[in-house]
Amino acid sequence: MTALGKLFRTTAFKLAVIYSVVFAMAASIVVFNVGRNVRVVLEDQTAETIDADIRGLADQYAQGGVQQVVQSIERRIKQPGGDIYLLTTFAGDPIVGNVAALPTATFQQQKLIETTYQRTGETQARHHALARVFVLPGNYRLLVGHDVEELEHLRAILRHALGASLGWLVLIGAVGGLLVARRVLLRVDAISASAAAIMGGDLSGRLPVVGSGDELDRLAENLNAMLARIETLLKGMKEVSDNIAHDLRTPLTRLRNHADAALRETNDPATLQVSLEKIIDEADELIRIFDALLMIARAESGSAPKLETFDAAVVASDVAELYEAAAEERGVEFSSEISNSLPVRGNRELIAQALANLLDNGLKYGVPAAEGATATLRLSACKEGGVVRLSVEDRGSGVPAADRDRVLERFVRLEASRTLPGSGLGLSLAAAIARLHGGALKLEDNGPGLRAVIELPLAPALLQIAPPERVEPVGAAPSKSN
Amino acid sequence: MSDMRLLVIEDDSEGAAYLVKAFREQGHVADHSADGLDGYARACEGDYDVLIVDRMLPKLDGLSLISSLRAQKIETPALILSALGQVDDRVKGLRAGGDDYLPKPYAFSELLARVEVLARRKGLAGAQDTVYRVADLELDRLSHKLTRSGKEIALQPREFRLLEYLMSHAGQVVTRTMLLENVWDYHFDPQTNVIDVHISRLRGKIDKGHATQLLHTIRGAGYMIRDGAR
Repeated sequence: MTALGKLFRTTAFKLAVIYSVVFAMAASIVVFNVGRNVRVVLEDQTAETIDADIRGLADQYAQGGVQQVVQSIERRIKQPGGDIYLLTTFAGDPIVGNVAALPTATFQQQKLIETTYQRTGETQARHHALARVFVLPGNYRLLVGHDVEELEHLRAILRHALGASLGWLVLIGAVGGLLVARRVLLRVDAISASAAAIMGGDLSGRLPVVGSGDELDRLAENLNAMLARIETLLKGMKEVSDNIAHDLRTPLTRLRNHADAALRETNDPATLQVSLEKIIDEADELIRIFDALLMIARAESGSAPKLETFDAAVVASDVAELYEAAAEERGVEFSSEISNSLPVRGNRELIAQALANLLDNGLKYGVPAAEGATATLRLSACKEGGVVRLSVEDRGSGVPAADRDRVLERFVRLEASRTLPGSGLGLSLAAAIARLHGGALKLEDNGPGLRAVIELPLAPALLQIAPPERVEPVGAAPSKSN
Repeated sequence: MSDMRLLVIEDDSEGAAYLVKAFREQGHVADHSADGLDGYARACEGDYDVLIVDRMLPKLDGLSLISSLRAQKIETPALILSALGQVDDRVKGLRAGGDDYLPKPYAFSELLARVEVLARRKGLAGAQDTVYRVADLELDRLSHKLTRSGKEIALQPREFRLLEYLMSHAGQVVTRTMLLENVWDYHFDPQTNVIDVHISRLRGKIDKGHATQLLHTIRGAGYMIRDGAR
């Protein structure tokens, strides 16, 4: 497409053409009306002048007879102007006047008529006039008229003006349209060029904003906001892959080192054994990280596993029962409060995994900062409105408000937790599982400590759920096993 | 348990060689098929105790292989090995007629423990004792009573199920994941040693004050309940 063709095809140009046409039509109507009104006004004026003239001449006749009328007409004829006069006898013989010839029918009427005539002293040209015939008492006929050449001339001027202005209008409209279109096109081209550059990989690029606040600016601003969001997301993704690279590299390096050590220690079966066991441990850790990453990726891509309605209360009490002993063994006071039926749609294994991750975290980081204080861990499950809340509370040092979003990201571990083993994926996975189930993982202040809440939408009904096998209730007070 | 006849159907030759060698070292007979059709033919002919089937195989995939066998009324227990370890994949595998499912990569000890359990299940097909006995420990599955040396021991329901599972596999290694799967019916991977703590509680109830330990920890594999005298 040529540049000109592109210009003609722009919306701005098409609009300009349409506007010119509409405007030209409107202008025509206005000019036509003005012309008609001008004519009416001028004709009325002419008629009045003629009537006044006739009245004047009739007065002259009344005062001084036909002689005075003739003198008066002769005087008036000498003056320049478009007035015409003709005084005839009853028989029609001209007495005085500046009209040489007239259509005979003219004299038969007494109202204002438009007629053609020939002036005295002219042979060819026929003129147009408005005229009126008046019968004087002595049966003289008096014709008084006014040439309408000027009127015609005015109308012609108006016609020309109209034509010319219409032409200009269309021309200016078209040129204006082209200019506007070109201006818009230039901006659109600028935006396209920027977009192409951004598509080419320069994600920091932004669309030009002129600052006029017009619709193109608003569009560009919105697209820029979108680009900023995409850039953030991509940056996040890059960070994640950098993190993955780093966090997989660390255990891989350790694994390699252990293998290296094992090679050098072939003489001592005991150390060799230890090295090999370490290698297997590191490999298992890698597999665990890998599985968690895969699960997060799956959960985030929304490829939901088989959906079924299950009772989250049963899952919560199962998990509570599973972790209670481990908590006690660590001297953590474990309690749980679980409502009766909490139907949730999704996958019970995943919800169990998410709860287990929260409890793992609680056991690891829920140790109170204060010396001598007892660590407590509390699992509760209840419904609030249409939401099932599964929460795990501890009395540890908690997560500062500023870090709460960050710790949900993959591999993010707060400085305080670096000394403990872990991959930094537990909360990410729990959050991904919550999102997959149409819910969210929220971290709240437990003053002191952390309250991690998995919020899930309550399913409408609990179908085909076998009555939960009653596991010994996990009491608020830890029971001694022996 | 010794002298199992195993068929490893796996197209990765290195992985298969490792498995066959490892099984033979344990005193078992292990054959290898490199594709689905060959594996199907051998499984139909040979008298195997357990089939170890990779899910993705040339010519005939693992799941189709197992459902074809089941259609032929060949009920040899089959354990599916798969790189697809997600929750759904396990369900699909078991639905196709597999008896157990182990995602790759796995620890050999885990595989061995599961294969032994499957082989034993084949031997016992249908016959389910109502009373399990290991040395002087007696568990009555109907009355839910547990005695050791005639003295009754009170267990919580979950502890009872845990012991019941261990005793039904007396003399066999039972891994932590097997316990989580069979006693708690979950397949996730707890970071905390939750199972170990439950085992140690159980051990406190059944072994404490007795000269012979019955509930043993098998290093790097899991647990086993057996008569310590043997």
